[in-house]
Amino acid sequence: MKSDTPKTVIEVKNLACGYGETVVLQKVSFSVHSRELFFVIGGSGCGKSTLLRCMIGLLKPLKGDVAYFGKSFTAADAVQRRDILKTFGVLYQNSALWSSMTLAENVSLPLEEHTSLTREDRLEITTLKLAQVGLSGSEELYPSELSGGMKKRAALARALALDPAIVFFDEPSTGLDPITSREMDQLILQVRETLGTTMVIVSHQLSSIFRLADRVIVLDHKTKGIIAEGAPRELAATSTDPRVRDFLNQDEDSSKRTKHPSAVKPDPISK
Amino acid sequence: MTARQQLPEAGTELRTATAKLETGQSGSECLVKVGGDWRLSEPVPSWTGVLGEKTATSMRVVPEGLGKWDTTLVLFLVHGQAWCAKSKKDFHVEALPKNLQALLRQVAGISEPKPMAKTDVKSTWGLAGDMAKMWASHAMEMVSFIGECTLGFMDAAKKPRQFRWMDCLFEMQQCWATSLPIVSVVSFLVGVILAFQAAIQLRQFGAAIFVADLVGLAVVREMGPMMAAVIVAGGTGAGFAAQLGNMKVGEEIDALETLGVSAVDFLALPRLLAVTLMMPVLAAYANVLGVLGGMFVSATMLDIPAAAYWIETQASVGVLDVTTGLIKSLFFGLAVGLAGCLRGMKCERSAAGVGAATSSAVVTGVMLIILADALFGTIFNVLRI
Repeated sequence: MKSDTPKTVIEVKNLACGYGETVVLQKVSFSVHSRELFFVIGGSGCGKSTLLRCMIGLLKPLKGDVAYFGKSFTAADAVQRRDILKTFGVLYQNSALWSSMTLAENVSLPLEEHTSLTREDRLEITTLKLAQVGLSGSEELYPSELSGGMKKRAALARALALDPAIVFFDEPSTGLDPITSREMDQLILQVRETLGTTMVIVSHQLSSIFRLADRVIVLDHKTKGIIAEGAPRELAATSTDPRVRDFLNQDEDSSKRTKHPSAVKPDPISK
Repeated sequence: MTARQQLPEAGTELRTATAKLETGQSGSECLVKVGGDWRLSEPVPSWTGVLGEKTATSMRVVPEGLGKWDTTLVLFLVHGQAWCAKSKKDFHVEALPKNLQALLRQVAGISEPKPMAKTDVKSTWGLAGDMAKMWASHAMEMVSFIGECTLGFMDAAKKPRQFRWMDCLFEMQQCWATSLPIVSVVSFLVGVILAFQAAIQLRQFGAAIFVADLVGLAVVREMGPMMAAVIVAGGTGAGFAAQLGNMKVGEEIDALETLGVSAVDFLALPRLLAVTLMMPVLAAYANVLGVLGGMFVSATMLDIPAAAYWIETQASVGVLDVTTGLIKSLFFGLAVGLAGCLRGMKCERSAAGVGAATSSAVVTGVMLIILADALFGTIFNVLRI
């Protein structure tokens, strides 16, 4: 997977974020490479979601910079910002499908806003994207008619509508049962295999972390920053930081997984 | 707590309906026999009841016919333990059930409970100050929102094809459909009420026909547009705030922003235009119903034929009167739309936030309507229209 000189797609430099007077994170620097499954992990309240909001431009950083493909996002003007926004899709924690629109309209809206495709072309792409996440035939359904897992799939289809280079996930397994959550993980892998998308995933779901992550950063609310960075299995086995070890070795299952990484190495998914 | 407040003083009756407490001396040791059911819902003895045995050097608590027990017994023992520690006596609980001993160990060393901090009740003036601050920040938000909407409309004027006309039409339909029945009833009744009030005064001078003038002018210049606007503020304006607030809570607005779509352009502008265009239509309708209300009263109570009433109304109400009313209602519509959309988009991310946003939208909307009306009243007065 990793080439010798990994291409950096996101670079976060000395980022500080927070709300008003409250600083949640400070001096956060890391980079995400092309085609990487990159996890941001840590306990509740450590600022995972805040970091994500900062990276996708919903929250103005207090300091520092986020750059996509070498172009600063923080300092971008309106036109540049729109161009950068096109390069990534976001899957929100509670899916955030537009409730007044059908699934087809949801997936079609990004195309409508950013391309000059005809209505027919858009419809075709929409059908394709929904099929890709296993929701063929649900085009005319409204979000309220879907289960939690289906909503996540539809939201992924919408995030993938513009074939973005990067997809952000905010806790993709929140509110899903273990089986649906595993299906979601498989879908993520499948998308990476087929489209080569870089994924940045905020999560505290250990099973997903060990199943998917190439590299993780661990955040901590006391340090207000990154306390570890690396492959999850290596960190679980070798980290000297007790907070990292405790977090990654919460149950025996995870330590078993660390012993048999090959057993869970995903195959290209057969659907 | 009530149970403990009802406890007997030391030395008085120690038996309660259920919980039993007896003390006995055995050598230098004081035996405290606990029995019966110890329940939070029943009055139970307190440790102070045992204090009589001051000569004993150690206290031993033993169960005697102990039934069901809960925290009250644990609390009793905690008090005993603390009292023994203070007066340097030994405290023995070995005979008690194992789980009770375990509970006692778990809570060992708890400190005296601090008195509950009184809820910080602000003074009336403090609250008023907070409210004033909130209104000031709301006003600032409104100013910047008006700016954003103006820019949005300017953009839309340049590229009218990108404006979401379908959403706008849909909202117009919604606004019309939800408001029409209430506007009908309310404006007809406002006409009726005005006619009654006018009739009582004017009949004394034999000038009953002038009811038509009064009702016509009052309805067309003021009451019609105003009532329509208040009803739309309560229905459509509140609806906007609830819709947009829900979208904010469900991250739907975030999803638009990260798509590079301005939520103001996408959500607020179509709604704003819809309610602004719909308001004069509803106001005109309210005018007609108001005049009809006056006509109804005159015909039934004052014996003024409908035709005469209509001719008198036509004579007194000019085109300018109708126009000023409708121009005002355009701005009322804008005010209602602005209040609804802004409060919805500034909604806090919680269910309670949506409720607060909705009521705030109605209050802001009605206030803006009255402000605009006062402003227009002054302007029209100066211009002598």
